[in-house]
Amino acid sequence: MNNLIILPILIPLISGVFLIFFSKNIRIQRWVSALSSLVTMILAVMLVHQVKSEGIQTMNVSNWEAPFGITLVSDMLSALLVLTTSIIGLTCIIYSFRSIGEDRERFYYYPVVFFLIVGVNGAFTTGDIFNLFVFFEVMLMSSYVLIVHGGTKIQLRESIKYILVNVISSALFVITVGFLYSVVGTLNMAHISQRINEVDESGILTVISILFLIVFGLKGAIFPLYFWLPGSYYAPPAAITALFGALLTKVGVYSIMRTHTLFFSHDTGYTQQILSVLAVMTIIFGVIGAIAYWDFNKIIIYNIIVAVGIILFGLSTMTPTALAGSIFYLIHDMIIKAALFFLAGIVITITGTSNLRGFSGLIKPYPGVGWTFFLAALALAGIPPLSGFAGKLLIVQGGFEGGQFWGAGIVLMSSLLVLFSVMKIFIHGFWGSADTFKGDDKVPVRALMIAPIVLVALSVLYGIGTEFVMPYIIEAAETLSDPSIYIEAVLKE
Amino acid sequence: MEILMAFVIGILFMAATYLMLSKSLLRIIIGTGLLSHGAHLLLLTMGGLKRGAAPLLGEHAKAYTDPIPQALILTAIVISFGVTAFFLVLAYRAYQELGTDNMERLRGTERNE
Repeated sequence: MNNLIILPILIPLISGVFLIFFSKNIRIQRWVSALSSLVTMILAVMLVHQVKSEGIQTMNVSNWEAPFGITLVSDMLSALLVLTTSIIGLTCIIYSFRSIGEDRERFYYYPVVFFLIVGVNGAFTTGDIFNLFVFFEVMLMSSYVLIVHGGTKIQLRESIKYILVNVISSALFVITVGFLYSVVGTLNMAHISQRINEVDESGILTVISILFLIVFGLKGAIFPLYFWLPGSYYAPPAAITALFGALLTKVGVYSIMRTHTLFFSHDTGYTQQILSVLAVMTIIFGVIGAIAYWDFNKIIIYNIIVAVGIILFGLSTMTPTALAGSIFYLIHDMIIKAALFFLAGIVITITGTSNLRGFSGLIKPYPGVGWTFFLAALALAGIPPLSGFAGKLLIVQGGFEGGQFWGAGIVLMSSLLVLFSVMKIFIHGFWGSADTFKGDDKVPVRALMIAPIVLVALSVLYGIGTEFVMPYIIEAAETLSDPSIYIEAVLKE
Repeated sequence: MEILMAFVIGILFMAATYLMLSKSLLRIIIGTGLLSHGAHLLLLTMGGLKRGAAPLLGEHAKAYTDPIPQALILTAIVISFGVTAFFLVLAYRAYQELGTDNMERLRGTERNE
């Protein structure tokens, strides 16, 4: 029993509720949101430390014993993801101070951001399948509000599609939970896992596992369920897109990881094969989109899809090496995607367009933006000293160990095309003559640059300090590859 | 009883899918309403439709119906209620701003982005 687990959910919730009462006072909004997200981050660091020193932490809400009440479980994977979420939440709030505009700030912007973080942190921490659904809805409701916040025409148009897709996937989630409940008769994730192992070799479980894959695949944008993502993520302002790109799809990926390692470890051949084919197709369609577009935002958006594919490919091989690689890559990708979307927002502030044909030569007046983007681009592609390298290396290594040579080869090839797509931005946008974008006076970007610089620095440190973070990643991967650790921690037989 | 419910739920899902594939935004929202009805009925059916008293301890019955699916449905109903209210207001706003409820005309093209 340990109340530290619930604090990264509770503190954003309380500050979100508190901020509703002071919606017109921007000074209070900014101070409270910066402070409380800083506190959340510190608590998340403490949580990671505690999980490292004392093993998996569980908390039975209101002291009901494990299968009967809601249990919050923090193993290393969820603790690390909660920490990453808190870091991204903090940088996003700092970035919003200068970029989001006072009209939006007055209209409950910060409270909704906090409710989004409540949903994401809750989804990472919960140990109950229906509670996962509820936290998904908390997250999605906030994302509906954020995607349409400001009410421009493109936002209204795209949010209709976004909401429709998510309403359908939520209904599917309820249906799937209904099926699972009728088979196993419990909702606690550890208990479900235990009972699934008892009934075993039942065809209906494979059907349910594919249904879960469809549900979380719709949230996490895997092939062929990614169609809604490029349009929806194109609509909102940069700070919100960064929050979405870094967090929302990754919650879907996390849920696939959790359900497929914890629940459906009985008949792995069939589901793993489907997962691996879908992951490879996701990578292929993602890179096709990434190299096809001449638009800063669209290229980054398609790179989200590529990254989701790479992480799921690592998961589908089910070797401990590739699992560790997937977790490493997941955290790297959350950080670097947020940084890239922040930079895209800065470039749009400077040039007024995200079309790569509309500007060039940014490196001369804005060297800081240019070199930060260059570092972020190299990290995204996985150049050795930076953070994208170790994760992809482990995934490829695990793919070869698992005998999936084609998939591992495609992961390697995709890095080349990802590098091509981001270098296209760098060459066409930052090199060349500096007189092709509008506005002669320099736009002040120093305050906006804090967030991307912090994130890129973090990603460089994450890459250089691989030796330091690896024990944490390995521990997270161990829990995934051996569900009995999780079950024993929750049910305490 | 469960077989009958399964057919009814199937028909609800069928109607929901048909409505959601149509052009008009209001039909789509009606489709989401039917879809959530189907999902809630399915939760109730999957929890088992055996005979028993309502889950109130004052009933002093030998057997009660399963209270868990009922709690789950109650949660799912208020969530889908909130989402539907938001969706309806959004559709109203979109109609005011964009001047159409035809999904075919709510497309993004290079020119109007």
